[in-house]
Amino acid sequence: MSEKKNWMPRWFYQLASPRWSYNIMGKLLPGFAICAALLLIGGTIWALMFAPEDYQQGNSFRIIYIHVPSAILAQSCYMLMAVAGAIGLIWKMKVADMVAKSCAPIGASIAVLALATGAIWGKPTWGSWWVWDARLTSMLILLFLYLGVIALHSAIENEATAAQSSAVLSLVGLVNIPIIKYSVEWWNTLHQPATFTLTERPAMPAEMWVPLLVMVIGFYCMFAVSLMMRTRNEILYRERRASWVRELLEKQ
Amino acid sequence: MNPKRKQRLIIVLFIVFGVGAAVGLTMFALSQNINLFYSPTQIENGEAPQETRIRAGGMVVEGSVKRDPNSLNVTFDLTDYEGTITVHYDGILPDLFREGQGIVAQGDLDANNHLQASEVLAKHDENYMPPEVAEALEKSGKMPKPEGEVFNK
Repeated sequence: MSEKKNWMPRWFYQLASPRWSYNIMGKLLPGFAICAALLLIGGTIWALMFAPEDYQQGNSFRIIYIHVPSAILAQSCYMLMAVAGAIGLIWKMKVADMVAKSCAPIGASIAVLALATGAIWGKPTWGSWWVWDARLTSMLILLFLYLGVIALHSAIENEATAAQSSAVLSLVGLVNIPIIKYSVEWWNTLHQPATFTLTERPAMPAEMWVPLLVMVIGFYCMFAVSLMMRTRNEILYRERRASWVRELLEKQ
Repeated sequence: MNPKRKQRLIIVLFIVFGVGAAVGLTMFALSQNINLFYSPTQIENGEAPQETRIRAGGMVVEGSVKRDPNSLNVTFDLTDYEGTITVHYDGILPDLFREGQGIVAQGDLDANNHLQASEVLAKHDENYMPPEVAEALEKSGKMPKPEGEVFNK
């Protein structure tokens, strides 16, 4: 079996080392933090002051610049959590478990943000804060899945067991992601279909969607920053008995 | 990949696709119940139950809105370009309500198959544009209008 090809890239196995992950995340953090700050501040100013208002909704459409990035990110974060959970299950990689655990609270807060901004927009536009249509309901289920994962992590004392069971829960909940995405196409919903698709031109002029794109990338950078900070914290806590962590603490 | 990992990978894939298939079949079976509203075609064909609370979604037909000058009563037609139903409503309409706008009305069907609405919600479409662009499109008659299938999936 010695000639068996190793088909995973080297960094994948290096990620398995908490120490290596801790250091690489420390190096990546400042770059992402600067990008996030620049993009979010620039994007917000652009979106609120320079983007034109909508012909129909006036200025209230500007909530799209928070709503859409947070809704996209809440789903991406869930996928990351499920994939990290699966890697933790299959390769028994501790760092993957820590990433999955760190995803949950961040994803939950972003999902709350998406639901709240949607409700605030829905009242003036639709005439209702909340409607039980397929898009809104599946998004609410996503929030409950996040809360379930958080609850499992805090309910089970043993870290390995907690990681396993929450990974299984996040994998089961993964089925919800395509449902959220396609709910507006499969069923009659009050929520409008996607303005952006990969195959067609956006149903929005460039002076409106460019700041939106800036905000989306900014949200992703901010997510990367908070995820890496949480994960580093988690690494330090779980590896608190390792010699390199002790050395690190003594240096400070 | 060693056999242990391969086995675990298979279990993970089994969970994801097994749950996917189960939920997919359930959704397919419940498909009609997940729809937020009935389309005018469905109501015309008698697919919607009478004298129970339902929602109807469609486009407000141009020129069909009749307001009672002495009260809040308003009557309009809803269409998905295949079927049309009449809606009666007594209340304040959302700001986005106008002719040609997609809306969702909640209420009961009466004996004439007219919807006696108790709530009217505006359904916004995916098109966003600045007022000047909207004006120019309106003049050239190229304003994007929701298609019938938006209300009839």
